[in-house]
Amino acid sequence: MNLRQPNKDRYLNFYFQVHQPRRLGQFSFFDIGTDRDYFDDGLNQIIMRRIAKECYQPTNLLLLKLIGKYPQIRITFSISGVALKQMERFAPAVIESFRMLAATGSVEFLSETYYHSLSALVSPEEFVAQVQLQNKKILELLGVRPTVFRNTELIYSDEIGRIVRDMGFDGILTDGLDDLLKHRSPNHLYEHPANNGLRLFFRNYTLSDDIAFRFVQKKMKTWPLTPEKYIQWLESITEKKDLITLGLDYETFGEHQKKETGIFQFLEGLFATVARHKKYRMITPSEAIALLPPVDSFSIPNLISWADEERDLSAWLGNEMQQDAFETIKELEPVVKKTGNPVMLNTWRYLQTSDHLYYISTKKGEDGNIHNYFSPYPSPYEAFMNYMNIVSDFSLRLNNYERAQALDPTGREKNTQILVT
Amino acid sequence: MRVLMFGWEFPPHISGGLGTACFGLTQSLAKRNIHILFVAPKANDHTPFKGVDVISASNIPVPLLSAKKNLSAISGKGEQKIEKKENSSKLISITVPAEILPYFSSDSQFNETTIEQWNYQFNVGRSGASLEKDAKAQVRYPFTGGYGSRLLDEVKLYKEVAGEIARENSFDIIHAHDWSTYPAGIEAKKISGKPLIIHVHATEYDRAGENVDQRVYEIEQSGMQKADRIIAVSQMTKDTITSRYHIPPIKVNVVHNGVAPKKNSSCAAMPQLGNKVVTFLGRITQQKGPGYFVEAAHKVLQRFPEVHFIMAGSGDLLPKMIERVASLKISSHFHFTGFLSSTKVDQIWSISNIYVMPSVSEPFGIAPLEAVMAGVPVIISNQSGVSEVVHHAIKVDFWDTEALASAICNLLAYKSLTNTIRKKSEVEIKKINWDRAAKKINTIYHELTTTK
Repeated sequence: MNLRQPNKDRYLNFYFQVHQPRRLGQFSFFDIGTDRDYFDDGLNQIIMRRIAKECYQPTNLLLLKLIGKYPQIRITFSISGVALKQMERFAPAVIESFRMLAATGSVEFLSETYYHSLSALVSPEEFVAQVQLQNKKILELLGVRPTVFRNTELIYSDEIGRIVRDMGFDGILTDGLDDLLKHRSPNHLYEHPANNGLRLFFRNYTLSDDIAFRFVQKKMKTWPLTPEKYIQWLESITEKKDLITLGLDYETFGEHQKKETGIFQFLEGLFATVARHKKYRMITPSEAIALLPPVDSFSIPNLISWADEERDLSAWLGNEMQQDAFETIKELEPVVKKTGNPVMLNTWRYLQTSDHLYYISTKKGEDGNIHNYFSPYPSPYEAFMNYMNIVSDFSLRLNNYERAQALDPTGREKNTQILVT
Repeated sequence: MRVLMFGWEFPPHISGGLGTACFGLTQSLAKRNIHILFVAPKANDHTPFKGVDVISASNIPVPLLSAKKNLSAISGKGEQKIEKKENSSKLISITVPAEILPYFSSDSQFNETTIEQWNYQFNVGRSGASLEKDAKAQVRYPFTGGYGSRLLDEVKLYKEVAGEIARENSFDIIHAHDWSTYPAGIEAKKISGKPLIIHVHATEYDRAGENVDQRVYEIEQSGMQKADRIIAVSQMTKDTITSRYHIPPIKVNVVHNGVAPKKNSSCAAMPQLGNKVVTFLGRITQQKGPGYFVEAAHKVLQRFPEVHFIMAGSGDLLPKMIERVASLKISSHFHFTGFLSSTKVDQIWSISNIYVMPSVSEPFGIAPLEAVMAGVPVIISNQSGVSEVVHHAIKVDFWDTEALASAICNLLAYKSLTNTIRKKSEVEIKKINWDRAAKKINTIYHELTTTK
């Protein structure tokens, strides 16, 4: 890998987020206490196969082709563990093409929480455990060890940065909010205020959303967006040594924006243009850390994220129902861990996936529309009821398990079999 | 802009949502500098607020000849008394006799002398009217303004009166609410040449299911065909108008109803039935789906044995409901109140924790909005027009008693759900007002009067 390309002194990091939640099945109040399954894996299979066909597979193949032509291309992925697991089960060809991307040496994979959860808010122990599971999964499937982290929906604070550094990561991605940055530019590498060596990457959300949201909006003055137009924007804002981090849902390509919109041609044109550009060099986070010194330290005392207008946690914990649901699942931690039952633990963690809470949002307007777009439920109330019925059932299972344990501590294995099949 | 408006109900003579709707709508239209001459079959001529004159059709004299012709068609009904009063006020309301059930049921036990439906004041029995000649050989019909068995006769007489009113008054547009006034609207259009809007608050399919009264259907369809524009109270109603009455969709505008802010009325305390009360409030007829409420109650009681259920209202299915509740052995937790006055309704809201409207077909449905105003979270069927405008409610399909019961259980089990729905719906309901409806209707008025 050639790190010295002397004429290129502006850096571009393309980061794509890949995630599919394991969606829950219909669970009525009267299903509580029955042995009904929590997850609708029939639906999950349908969705995973559709998105694999329309997005993951064609985009992966396009990127492989581009990397073959332009080896200087660099791409960063973060793929949630729950998405990887569903690809393994329902669309193994996608795992194969990600493995091929990993093998090019032009692609970096980040770490995150396996369950795409808010576990950073549950407890540090739980957070760390879920990150370790993710590292293990990435190594097992893709053969790489991530050195840079991104938390669920770019949720970040100084405290999260500290834990992440303690786990040994060199850098973390979060969102470059105007309010937070004030007059500072998101287009640099920063470092954690504790001077612990953790580098901070700020996503340039404006340039990211130009592709993720505004590409298809015909009412925009800039429509249609072309690679040439986009490069001009880049050129107009960046200076020497600038590092631009662009972060978007990978599903932008072919799923949120269907192939008929021309999004694939745009992506191909953009990568080809950037790769040949005399000033821009594509870079991965770990390359950037090796090459670029941090310009400053940056403190973020309160939790931020990349979601909604507010860019805080209100997308998941904005109303009373969301807080109730999250507190309920959070409080189960000691009980679940006391059982020592891996199936119970796994189920509890699946219930932590942030999407379940996201569907319960009662926000209106643009953000509300985005919540609705992703939600399989007709309203936040259905989402809440369904989730809480499952959590209630899960609590009941836990209680029954505990009681059975107390009566017959030696029958632990047997009980596990009965309770969690 | 002057509007000649025909409506079968106007407060204080109201039987259901129609009168409330006419009141709320005219009030908001009046604020937009629209002058309304509101003709009710039976009313006291008065001006409820500036810009609206209510006139009673019962007070309008029609030529004796024409009256005789009409009355002879209605054999054995005796003479009709018709008077004219000088009307000095600006708002005019006119009254006409009516005894057909708009919500007529084919159930034989449901006859005019036993009708006592929730929120409906029926004029039962004969109107005892006498036809009086006056000096100028004119007569007045004393309309009952109800929905008794003579409704169809009264509809014809009302049309006659409408013709007279159209001759005597100047106006720019005609607006007729629901089928019993469509013939009047058509007559007024014929005489004046002014554009006609018919406003569909319900169709025969909503009231009667598949057992439609062909006569009523024909009146509805003819009104829809002859109208220059149709206003439907929901998309659901628009769909019925286009699919069942074969009207081109372009002719139909959806204008959702509103609800007027409630005045803080203190009501007498109700005895506490238990910790939690789940309420059904409406006519106990097939349209309102009371049976689904009973089945859901039975399911809920298996999980929450302490909950109490109230079925408030009256209707032809009441005996059947009582029998079903008894056979399910849940009578100790399931209460029937019979017909309730509006103060009693307030009392019911004050003790209710959940309101359920499992209607099979509800063109709009104002009761859930009243529940929301009273701070009661609501569960409504997807088969209701109101579900198009209320987002902060739980919605189920009327037939899905399992989902309905589950929703009730969820509201009982999770306080955060109840709190969120209550808070959000109280904010939302402020936007579901008559001013919004009046604004849309005003636009339609201008479209019709400028293109003509």
